[in-house]
Amino acid sequence: MTSPSNIGLQPLDVQAIRQDFPLLSRVFHGKPVVYLDSAVSGQMPAHVIERMAKYEREEHTNVHRGVSTLSQEATDFYEAAREKVRKFLGAASAREIVWTRGTTEAINLVAQTFGRMTVKEGDEILLSAMEHHADIVPWQMLAQEKGATIKVIPMNDAGELILESLDELITDRTKLLGVVHVSNVLGTINPVKEIIARAHAKGVPVLVDGAQAVPHLKVDVQDLDADFYVFSGHKLSGPTGIGVLYGKLALLEAMPPWHGGGSMIRSVSWEKTTYLPAPGKFEAGTPPIAAAIGLGAAIDYVTALGLDRIAAHEHELLAYATEKLAAIPGLRILGTARDKASVLSFVVDGIHPHDMGSLLDGEGVVVRAGHHCAQPVMTRFHVPATTRASFAYFNTREEVDILVSAVLKAIELFK
Amino acid sequence: MTDPRELYQQVILEHNKKPRNFGKLAPCTHHAEGHNPLCGDQLDLTLVVEDGVVRDVKFEGSGCAIDVASASLMTGAIKGRPVAEAEAMIDQFRGMVRGELDPATQTPLLGKLTLFQGVKDIPSRVKCAILPWATLHAALKGEEEASTE
Repeated sequence: MTSPSNIGLQPLDVQAIRQDFPLLSRVFHGKPVVYLDSAVSGQMPAHVIERMAKYEREEHTNVHRGVSTLSQEATDFYEAAREKVRKFLGAASAREIVWTRGTTEAINLVAQTFGRMTVKEGDEILLSAMEHHADIVPWQMLAQEKGATIKVIPMNDAGELILESLDELITDRTKLLGVVHVSNVLGTINPVKEIIARAHAKGVPVLVDGAQAVPHLKVDVQDLDADFYVFSGHKLSGPTGIGVLYGKLALLEAMPPWHGGGSMIRSVSWEKTTYLPAPGKFEAGTPPIAAAIGLGAAIDYVTALGLDRIAAHEHELLAYATEKLAAIPGLRILGTARDKASVLSFVVDGIHPHDMGSLLDGEGVVVRAGHHCAQPVMTRFHVPATTRASFAYFNTREEVDILVSAVLKAIELFK
Repeated sequence: MTDPRELYQQVILEHNKKPRNFGKLAPCTHHAEGHNPLCGDQLDLTLVVEDGVVRDVKFEGSGCAIDVASASLMTGAIKGRPVAEAEAMIDQFRGMVRGELDPATQTPLLGKLTLFQGVKDIPSRVKCAILPWATLHAALKGEEEASTE
């Protein structure tokens, strides 16, 4: 496990931050909530909720329509949010930022446009063994449609991709490589920059699923040289229903539109319809305007906290929780990569993860129990499911202690 | 909202640890596999039914404590019963864990299986408790597979 260099970093004032999250004062089953489920969905700070409420109360209308001051104002807020995403990802142009409903829709968009355009019968799509279903199923659907094949980059028992296999796996039939930046089950931070460089050396474009990465580490799509980078707002302290597809402008320009309708056209006649340039041609219909503005506000919030400070805090919690949980007899941690983000999956001998999840819930501890939409990862590690704790910038060491004591109580009960 | 911890009563924990009627009947007259895709629980149920009576029943598989204890208690409860009664128990158990039947008055055949009544307040666990019963239903109907999805 590596830790970012945090020398000279002012630590986060976690107690002050917690005041921004009304949910954290809730009580379940007589116990104060301990929210260790940010990998499922991050909590929104009051700042984000209020920004969205203000839009709905005072500024609500549609965007890119009409000449009213109200509409222009909404368009400005909405496009300002796009610019915030551009800056957050280090993209060269806001035209490379496409709004989607989330990571899943972003990947489907790429599969159904770029994928359909480039993948032919007999071609190959290369995915990593630790992909979320969102980066598996859209490619399987495309492969089935085109008569193409899915190939898989294997991983070792620690949950690290075996990059030595890349030279063999990337062939002249490979049309795209899809890889998750941070595994939602194992916490592994994949060396995507290296993977991209090696794919590019053979002319293969790369899509990076950044859903679990953007809340934890600074992403620079130009430095990574990613062709596509996708994430969801709600994992980044923003609302559900909004996500982002970053694509290199040349690729987006070459891609056909996806959904047809209003907002994505330049002109429509019965004879011929022409489309807007990217990103407009991918954004048919009225978008989730409040959600986009909310995501912009969430980016402001985490940027103000500082991703380097967030990463330092979360790494400390992860190291502490790893040490405490690993010391429990019969408990096995899945995902022991050297480079990990704050996701901690585990199984306990004789206790099904769903029982563990229910018993932790009884102690007010909110975790995820299940297959985490990554069934091939479960199969790889020979488990039906895992219990997963995930840490955010508002979590504390005391909350890790509560998790550990709740796990011990469950083990005692099942003795 | 029921405290989930209340589900894990001693009887359930004990049946999870030492499930009764665990194994496989060969030959058998009825067989079905149950599967809960959400959590990977799976169950293989074999029965010997003669003259309309469940003479013997065994189960194999892996799952959470609620699922395993439900299967263990179910197999014990239906052994020796007429098929018609076992089918009535399926309806009563399903009704109870879905909160449609009151275990105090409306599930007379269930006996200690009313232990599972707390599941009704935890929808995410209802499928775990039901899986053995759905599998039994499939087996008695001559279907090979049951799924809680």
